[in-house]
Amino acid sequence: MQSKKYMSPYIAGVLLGLVLLGSFFISGQGLGASGAMMRVVVAAEKVISPEHVNNNSHLAHYGGGDKNPFDNWLVFEVLGVLVGALVSGALAGRIKKETNRGPRITDKQRWIFAVVGGSLFGFGARLARGCTSGVALSGGASLALGSWATMMAIFAGAYLMAIFVKKLWT
Amino acid sequence: MFAPLAVFGNWSNGINFVFAFVIGIGFGFALESGGFGNSRKLAWQFYFKDLTVFKVMFTAIITAMAGIIFLDAFGWLDVNSMLINPTYLWSGIAGGVIMGFGFAIGGYCPGTSFAGLATLKVDAVFYLAGIFLGMFVFGEIAPSIDAFYSGKYSGFMGTVTIYEYLGVSAGVVGFVVVLIALGGFFGAEWVEKKYGEIVE
Repeated sequence: MQSKKYMSPYIAGVLLGLVLLGSFFISGQGLGASGAMMRVVVAAEKVISPEHVNNNSHLAHYGGGDKNPFDNWLVFEVLGVLVGALVSGALAGRIKKETNRGPRITDKQRWIFAVVGGSLFGFGARLARGCTSGVALSGGASLALGSWATMMAIFAGAYLMAIFVKKLWT
Repeated sequence: MFAPLAVFGNWSNGINFVFAFVIGIGFGFALESGGFGNSRKLAWQFYFKDLTVFKVMFTAIITAMAGIIFLDAFGWLDVNSMLINPTYLWSGIAGGVIMGFGFAIGGYCPGTSFAGLATLKVDAVFYLAGIFLGMFVFGEIAPSIDAFYSGKYSGFMGTVTIYEYLGVSAGVVGFVVVLIALGGFFGAEWVEKKYGEIVE
């Protein structure tokens, strides 16, 4: 099946904006992603050692004592994200096992750098209390001061680092 | 004021989580439709080839922002009952720069890597593994860097918006943001015409 072109960015943007507005209107909070992933990490640590989670104040906040790390709005929202992306990809014929990368590196090199980049992003997202979804997008739309500072820092860091990793993508 | 519906209706977690799932479906659909499941499309924004990310993100921000401002002005949506991110200026900026490094190296951000995973992008799976690793490390050291994370060096300013900080109305800031976004869209179209190579 020939895959369809991506939606116009402005139409996709309006759609995303209406979903975000709906999220604030219905649930009183914006969209997110990284917070749910931290809960997966805490849940895994809790399976291995509940005492360890209880003894670390940061981890205990998510899953200490009787708290279930998955008892959270974002966890259910992220499950929806997987379904929504699957539906969109299926309708457009874009579900295809592949590795996207620049032409000058191998798939294996791409995978290594994906782990490195993911690690940095995961660490930074916890330090900043949210990622491009929860901070840049949602905090941006609600005009939160710190979220705009973080958003600008994300893009400043990315455009700077991009100079040094040009080989990965072009 | 009757919204946020969950707040004014005193919804139980069960109902709220059902809506979370439905809202998530819309979020995932919009991300994948815009092309955010493809790491190369995401990364090419940093080389001024494909500025889709900027266009989608800022269209979404001004759409939702205008909606929030108008619904609040109509007396339907109470902004003060919404969760607004608190400002921790220094940890927020440091975390942002680290995220930016990760974005350029890894190609995805957390939300877009879910769109990649759902459409079977192998690099998204490795990226997700990295995220879990980075978050695990943060969780382990968080108590020892608390002074910077939430303590006296974090730049904590409370829950404050740009318009509160400047002492103006939300509409004034909203109007300026829309003007900046429109200028950005014209700039992005111009850049793409000059250097563009859109990932289809």
